[in-house]
Amino acid sequence: MIDLVLIGLTRFLVGGHSRWTGSAPVERQRIYFANHGSHLDTLLLWSALPKQLRATTHAAAAADYWGTGPMKRFIAQKGLNAVLIDRSGSSAPGEALEPLRKTLLEGHSLILFPEGTRSANRLPGPFKSGLYRLAKEFPDAELIPVYLDNPARAMPKGALLPLPIICSAHFGPAFARVENEEKEAFLLRAQATVSALAPPTAEALTS
Amino acid sequence: MTLLQKSLILFGLVVAILALASAIGAWLARKTTSESGLATVENLNARIKAWWVMIAIFAACYALGFSATVLLFALTSFYTLREFISLTPTQRADHAPLAFAFYVLLPLQYWLVWSGWYGLFTILIPVYGFLLLPSLASLQGDPANFLSRVSRIQWAVMLTVYCISHAPALIRLEIPGYEGQGFLLLFFLTAVVQFSDVMQYVFGKLMGKTKLAPVISPSKTVEGLVGGGLSAMALGAALWWITPFSPAVAAAMAGMIVIAGFLGGLSLSGVKRSMGAKDWGTMVQGHGGVLDRMDSVSFAAPLFFHLTRYLYAV
Repeated sequence: MIDLVLIGLTRFLVGGHSRWTGSAPVERQRIYFANHGSHLDTLLLWSALPKQLRATTHAAAAADYWGTGPMKRFIAQKGLNAVLIDRSGSSAPGEALEPLRKTLLEGHSLILFPEGTRSANRLPGPFKSGLYRLAKEFPDAELIPVYLDNPARAMPKGALLPLPIICSAHFGPAFARVENEEKEAFLLRAQATVSALAPPTAEALTS
Repeated sequence: MTLLQKSLILFGLVVAILALASAIGAWLARKTTSESGLATVENLNARIKAWWVMIAIFAACYALGFSATVLLFALTSFYTLREFISLTPTQRADHAPLAFAFYVLLPLQYWLVWSGWYGLFTILIPVYGFLLLPSLASLQGDPANFLSRVSRIQWAVMLTVYCISHAPALIRLEIPGYEGQGFLLLFFLTAVVQFSDVMQYVFGKLMGKTKLAPVISPSKTVEGLVGGGLSAMALGAALWWITPFSPAVAAAMAGMIVIAGFLGGLSLSGVKRSMGAKDWGTMVQGHGGVLDRMDSVSFAAPLFFHLTRYLYAV
């Protein structure tokens, strides 16, 4: 029920349509990884998925935002099916990923924002290593890059209210794993794959 | 004739015309074989289908009354403003003026339409909005491209909220001897604008040769404008009995609506193209965005409202 309300609100305010190129919304284990610029991102990506996929897809959400206060926690866990993770950095490397491993072990899919924090730019910044680790530990999970277009305009960092600006989610072809690839090379390649899905801007079209 | 009788006749006529259009569309789809022809027919049929939906929404609003109609136009303004702003490059510092436009100016303007407070309805956006939007932007402390950023927001709000809100405001015009029939004026405006758009498209496709503004809007031709304009004026004259006008005035009003609508379509094409887009969105199948359907209305509605008010209202 709460999920339908959230999706209805998302559609009304920002549209949130999805475009799939090179991959399709089918039921199989996946790790979706996307650029991160807004608190709307989780909601947008999640509501861009069809209903049967949403049931087994969990977004990794920062505990220091979505876990604060009963309202946000309720929306994140009951509405968005999210897994709360600690990004304070106080735990040992890789330990913060524990709840995500648990989800993947159950055969479910994940939504990751590998930048770890919201950036103000149109294209994603450097990726953190979580995606690399999980991709290595779960070789059967398909890696799907996603570019989220406009949510940072609809609700930028520090804004209290989202604006009605049309946003969309662009799903790309599955990201190929290269044997024996170094962590840095993998992360750079993943970051570039998400950037490549970004549609050209109005300025680029007119200049 | 009572308002109800007039409305039922009009509704019957519209349904008959659309049914005929659907039949022709289905026949064309079976008969056409060339690839480019099929694409045109497909687009035509998508447009006709969208027309059925629009007519159904319009009829439902009429049945539900004035408040529902105001709400429908408020939603139309919401969606057109959303399309306009989505296509326009905005900066972080524009967030506050934009939130003010969406969450304060838009609902307030439609509340003024609903309550009939004419004085504030006319000046809310051109005076208060005009001054408050740059004030809010300046408080954000980002001077980069300030004038063009503020102008874009002012333009968007004037066009999608202020101009479009004049359409439902027609219902509230107090015209002696025409009490309670304002909805028919809204019907007159909508019918003439949309019929003119369709006939300009048809005449343009059939005999369009001389391009009017090849760069801004390649599909607009002199033949389309003249053929479509004359057809719409004929329709306007034929609808004189639902208006407070004489047949000659009804034709003249329709002519004015056609010209305003044409200029609206042209100006908005200019805006679209300056931002590198062909359509405002994808919400209405075959038509593009909501603003692609409302561009003519946004220019025609305020002019039709004020001419009618000046000449006929108390």
